[in-house]
Amino acid sequence: MLKISKLTVTVDGKTILNGLDLEVGPGEVHAIMGPNGSGKSTLANVIAGREGYQVTGGSVSFLGQDLLSLAPEKRAREGVFLAFQYPVEIPGVANVYLLKEAVNATRQHRGEEKLDAMDFLKLVREKLKLLQMKEEFLYRSVNEGFSGGEKKRNEIFQMAMLEPRLAVLDETDSGLDIDALKIVADGVNAQRSADRSVILVTHYQRLLDYIVPDRVHVLAGGRIVRSGDKHLALELEAQGYGWVESDPSTVSAA
Amino acid sequence: MSEGAANVAAYVAAQREQAPALPAFGTPSLDASRAQALESLSQLGLPSQRDEDWKYTSTRAITRAAFTPAVAGAPCPREFVSQTTIDGLDAWRLVFADGFWQPELSLLDDLPNGVQISGLGQSLGSEPQRIAALLGSALGQTPHGFIAMNSAFIGDGALIEIAPGTRVDKPIELLFISGCSGEGFLSLPRNLVVMGAGSQAAVIERHVSLADERLLSNSVSELILADNASLNYQSVQQVAPRGFHVGGMFARLGRSARLQATTVTMSGALVRNDALVNLDDEGGFASLDGLYLAFGRSHVDNHTHITHNAPHCVSREHYKGVLGDRGHAVFHGRIVVQPGAQKTDSVQNNQNLLLSADAEIDTKPQLEIYADDVKCAHGATVGQLDETAVFYLMSRGIDRQAARRMLTQAFAADVLNRIELPALRSYLEAQAAQRLSPEQIRESES
Repeated sequence: MLKISKLTVTVDGKTILNGLDLEVGPGEVHAIMGPNGSGKSTLANVIAGREGYQVTGGSVSFLGQDLLSLAPEKRAREGVFLAFQYPVEIPGVANVYLLKEAVNATRQHRGEEKLDAMDFLKLVREKLKLLQMKEEFLYRSVNEGFSGGEKKRNEIFQMAMLEPRLAVLDETDSGLDIDALKIVADGVNAQRSADRSVILVTHYQRLLDYIVPDRVHVLAGGRIVRSGDKHLALELEAQGYGWVESDPSTVSAA
Repeated sequence: MSEGAANVAAYVAAQREQAPALPAFGTPSLDASRAQALESLSQLGLPSQRDEDWKYTSTRAITRAAFTPAVAGAPCPREFVSQTTIDGLDAWRLVFADGFWQPELSLLDDLPNGVQISGLGQSLGSEPQRIAALLGSALGQTPHGFIAMNSAFIGDGALIEIAPGTRVDKPIELLFISGCSGEGFLSLPRNLVVMGAGSQAAVIERHVSLADERLLSNSVSELILADNASLNYQSVQQVAPRGFHVGGMFARLGRSARLQATTVTMSGALVRNDALVNLDDEGGFASLDGLYLAFGRSHVDNHTHITHNAPHCVSREHYKGVLGDRGHAVFHGRIVVQPGAQKTDSVQNNQNLLLSADAEIDTKPQLEIYADDVKCAHGATVGQLDETAVFYLMSRGIDRQAARRMLTQAFAADVLNRIELPALRSYLEAQAAQRLSPEQIRESES
C-alpha cells in the first residue's frame, strides 16, 4: 500500500525527517509514536502533500505510484486521506457542500458517475449514524464553532464518506474526552478493512487501547528508531520517551 | 471660474433649459429648492480627489465629457425587463427608463389600503405642495455636487408611502434601467420612501444597464421612517463594465425605528454609494450591510455616514469586498456620536478579500464621538484566501481553483445570507457565483 524509503524532509532549511523508512501493507493499522518535535506531523503532512515541506531525499510510493509527484487533490482522489490535527474552520461552506464536492471529485476521478441528491443523502445518513452525528450538522459551516471533539469526529466522518485506501490520522485523539474518543475509535474501527490501511500518529498510548494497531513505530530524530507490535506502545507508556533521547543506539547517524 | 464650476457648466445649462418642463414647475417651494440646488451645484462642482470624501475615487472618467440629462419618452424594451427580473420574486414593481417611470411595464395591481406606490413625477403633478415639502427632508446638508445635481433636476423616480401601522406583505421592487436613450445619457431618479409610524415594508432598488455603453446614473433615495417603522432596503448595482453609477441613500429614523439596508455592487466602471443615516430619536436601529465585487478595472466606493443624534440607538455596519484583477474599492465608514447620544452602541466592520496583487482597497474608519458613555467598535481586515483552508479542501480531493472559488463564494455569501427575502438572496447568490467564476478568481501570475 505505502512504501516510504529513506525519506528526508526539511522545513525552512531544518531537517525534520532524516532517512525515514516505513512500509504499510493493505489492511494494516500502524501507529507512529514519538516525542514532541520528532517529526510525526511532518510525516502526516508530507504524505498529504501540504506545502512548506521540502523533500530532499528518498521516495514515497503509494499503490505503486510516486506519491510525491501528485498534487494534494490527486492524492486524495487516489485514496489518501489526512485527518487533520487541527481541522480548519471554513465559515460559509456547509459540511454537506464540502462532502458533495469531495465525494464527486473522487468519483469522477475513478470514472464513476456523480451521485445524485438522493443517493448522496442516503450515503450521508448512513455515515452520520456511524459517528453518532445529527443531520443538522450537515448544514453547519465546516468546523465553525465546533468543539474539539466535534472537529475530530467530523474528520472521521469525512473519512467515512471518502472511503480512502490510506488514512493518516494526525493526533486524532488529542483533546478528546473518553466518550468522544470511543466514538471516534469506533468510527475508525468500523472502517477497518482488508484494503484500507491506517496510520495513527499519536503521542499517547491511550488511543491504541481503542484502535489496536498491527505495528507500532517509534519516531525520533527524524526516523523510525524502533518497531514492534502493540506491546511496544504499552512499554512506551510505562517508560516515557526519555530512553529514546538518551539511548545512543537511537541517535541518527549524522 | 473655478474648476468646479467648469465641470458642471453643461449640466447647469441643461437644467435651465429643462426646468420649465419638470413636474410641478411653478410650485414656489419646489422652484426655490431646485434653484438652490443648482446654485450649490455651480459652487461645489463635481467632486475631485482634492475633496477628502473623494480622496481615493477619481471622477475624471465621468467629468472628462459631460453627459446629457435624459428626458422622458425613451422606450425600454419589454423583453429586457422580463430578462432582468428576479425568479420567484413576488413583488410590486416599478420600472424606470433612464429615471422615468414606465407605468405600462410596472406591476401595481391590487395595492392594499395604506400602500401608495407611484411615479414621483405623477404625484408631484397631483399634489405638488405636499410632496415638495417632503423632498429633501432626509437629505440635510448637500454632501457633494452629484447630490446637488440630482436635487436640481428633481422630476421623476419612485414615491412610496406606507400609512401608519400598515404592514406591506410583498416587497416593492424599483428597477432602474439606464441606457434607454442611448450612449452618453444621464439619468437622475429621485426616490422618496415615507414610512408611517409602526409601518413595515421591504424595498429593492436595482440599477441595471441596457447596454455596455458610457452611461451615468445619479440616483438619490430619501427614506423617512416615523416612530417604530421598520424598513428593509436592499440596493443592488448591476452596472455595465463601461457604466457609471453614483447613488445616495439618505435615511432619517424616528423613535425605535429600524432600518436594515444592504448594498450589493456586482459590477460597473465606477460605482459610488453614499449611505447617510440619521438616528434622530431614542431606540433607533440601523444596520448597513454591503457586498462589493470589483474585477477588471472596476472601481467601487462605499461611503457610509451614520449619525447618532439621540441616546440608546444601535448601529451596525458589515461590509465585505472581493477584489480581483485591477479592481479598486474604497470603504469609508464615518460614525458620529453627537453630544447627549449616550448609550450609543455602534459596531463597524469591513473585510476585504484580495485575489490579485494588482487589486487595491482603501478602507478608512472615522469615528467622531462627542458623548462619554458609548460603545463603539470598528475593525477592518484586508487579506488573501486562507491557504490552510485551501489545502484542507484540496486534501479532500477538491482542486485548487474549485477550492478558491468555494472559499471566495463563502466569503461573499456571509453578507448575502443576511438578506431576508429568499428570492432576492438566491438571485444575488447566483449572480455573485457567476461573477466569482474560475476565470475571475484565477491567481494573478507573480
